Amino acid sequence: MKEKYINDLKEIKDIMNRSSRFISLSGLSGVSAGISALIGAYFAYQMVFNDHDYLSHNRIHLTGESLTQLLIIALATLILAIGTGIYFTTRKTKMQNKKIWDHQTKRLLINLAIPLITGGVLCLLLLVKGYVGIVAPLTLIFYGLALVNASKYTLDEIRSLGLIEIFLGMVAIQFIGLGLLIWALGFGVMHIVYGIIMELKYKS
Amino acid sequence: MKELLKNLDKAFENKIRLGIMSALMVNDFMDFNTLKDLLDVTDGNLASHLKSLEKSKYIEYRKEFLDRKPNTKYFATPAGKKAFRKHINAIEQLLS
Repeated sequence: MKEKYINDLKEIKDIMNRSSRFISLSGLSGVSAGISALIGAYFAYQMVFNDHDYLSHNRIHLTGESLTQLLIIALATLILAIGTGIYFTTRKTKMQNKKIWDHQTKRLLINLAIPLITGGVLCLLLLVKGYVGIVAPLTLIFYGLALVNASKYTLDEIRSLGLIEIFLGMVAIQFIGLGLLIWALGFGVMHIVYGIIMELKYKS
Repeated sequence: MKELLKNLDKAFENKIRLGIMSALMVNDFMDFNTLKDLLDVTDGNLASHLKSLEKSKYIEYRKEFLDRKPNTKYFATPAGKKAFRKHINAIEQLLS
């Protein structure tokens, strides 16, 4: 008798999760996004910091031309990360025999997009006004906020990943000279770590 | 013990009806085919359980046309949500 009701509760929880959350998020897409971020950060680091001048090491030299190049690197990184992310997640939904574009996906993406687009536009405006240093920390903070906001509609792990990104963003504001390094930690290393954890946990 | 059992709702004793209600608690609406895939049941089976929940006034439906195909959306009524919460509370008390 008791067992039946324990099972009922389990069933209720399972159906609530499956019907309201996007659960086909692939861990591999996190790993590939993290690798894209590390590659992007490497190129950005090469460009931004002038290694030949040892006295002014870690001081940023940015001209209009290098700003354009930096934006191109950022855009390429973004496309690579999102592209591989979509690829792995679509593959997983296909393996699970589910539709990629349904009610849950839409709801997840809308809630992810609101803080993300706000942050993206804000960062572009700040870049144009010359506030370069603050952009890397702000992308971390807004990305973290977007993840926390979207986590209600997908796997639980996304929430703690979001909180970590917000925290790293705050640290990066405090140590602005380390901005790119912390950015690589947040977008690169954290994505890879979480990707591997999720891939192992939700392998099936 | 008897008091607790009284609070359990017969309408949710069935697994499929329990599933329908669980999904409608966390989603504003569900259409017939999504429910069918979610619960992995046949058309006839799902339809009969939906009908029985309708009769208890726990759910409502609305017919719409999507690309000229009929599409039925199901909603939980306030009474249905209340009854479901009461049912879950009763289960939790029973288990505690």
